[in-house]
Amino acid sequence: MISLNVNDQNFDIDADPDMPLLWAIRDLVGLTGTKYGCGVAQCGACVVHLNGEAVRSCITKVSRARGQKIRTIEGLSKNNDHPLQLAWNEVNVPQCGYCHSGQLMSAAVLLRENPKPSDADIDQAMAGNICRCGTYLRIRKAIHLAAELQKKGETKG
Amino acid sequence: MTDRFLKFTRGHAGALRMVTVLGVIGSLVILMAFTLHHDPKPAATPFVVKDSVASVAAFKKVYKVLMSPRCINCHPSGDIPLQGDDSHLHTMAPSRGVDGKGVYAMKCANCHQPTNTAGKHTPPGNPDWHLPPANMKMIFQGRSAHQLAKQLINPKQNGNKDLKKLLEHADDGLVLSGWNPGEGRTLPPLSHAEFKKQWTIWLKTGAYAPAK
Repeated sequence: MISLNVNDQNFDIDADPDMPLLWAIRDLVGLTGTKYGCGVAQCGACVVHLNGEAVRSCITKVSRARGQKIRTIEGLSKNNDHPLQLAWNEVNVPQCGYCHSGQLMSAAVLLRENPKPSDADIDQAMAGNICRCGTYLRIRKAIHLAAELQKKGETKG
Repeated sequence: MTDRFLKFTRGHAGALRMVTVLGVIGSLVILMAFTLHHDPKPAATPFVVKDSVASVAAFKKVYKVLMSPRCINCHPSGDIPLQGDDSHLHTMAPSRGVDGKGVYAMKCANCHQPTNTAGKHTPPGNPDWHLPPANMKMIFQGRSAHQLAKQLINPKQNGNKDLKKLLEHADDGLVLSGWNPGEGRTLPPLSHAEFKKQWTIWLKTGAYAPAK
């Protein structure tokens, strides 16, 4: 058995240590918000946080995640109220939506490390997340809005 | 009077010569004793026998390896790593970052696992995957053999490495990963053993730079 900590909950799963983390999260833990895109770390649909870093779960082996802190889109916030989720909703970012759990998880690392990102910072951070619907401009707009919301939240808090 | 004076000065000069010779011998004995009593730290400075011809010949072989895609791809002239046997810009344009390990959601280890990922066109892996840091980019791309040889022995451009550390660097984990590049990637033009041999010869014969 392998013990995984996903969204602050422990799961003991019966998996080969070489199984991709994405498989374990979707099929064994049962959280299907994280998507399979390319399977070779080229598209970003499968991004989850491993100890806070935006790893690509399709090629990250379960053995690397054993005993580490994993966070998926389901655990990004308790009430779907992360500034990015609020901004995504406000700007109506998704079209088909398939890539957006990965987009949000990548953007969350950006906002944590750079609370006021420029367009160039956003491009740099998000260049590895592909959107076939081409929602890039709305993604950028929503990240700017989320930065503002995050700042307001801190001011209120 | 003159004869007596000459005898006196000759005799005096002879005594002086004797004292000088004894002094020199004495100094040598003291110096040797001092040296023997102060063991130099073993391997503090690797032994170098200067031979510019052998050194330059060895570096020309080393240079072929350093300019191969397996080395040059992570020693780019810009801030984006290179990819593939044609050394094209890395897809997704990941940036070097301050520490050479990427930025934000685009850090090297987010895709590059501790080991190679199976299959063609998948990320090669190493636990320490990174570019040189922003404050010392250690660029190989575009460097002539002369420029690269000079750069490699300059501690201000080589990651603060002295001769001993440079010799050891042939067995660095990331250097070795050039010979374990994952499926579908060509190997450097020399075996690692041959590369290490030529690298060592280059350094131990004086690390001379080719003229061009």
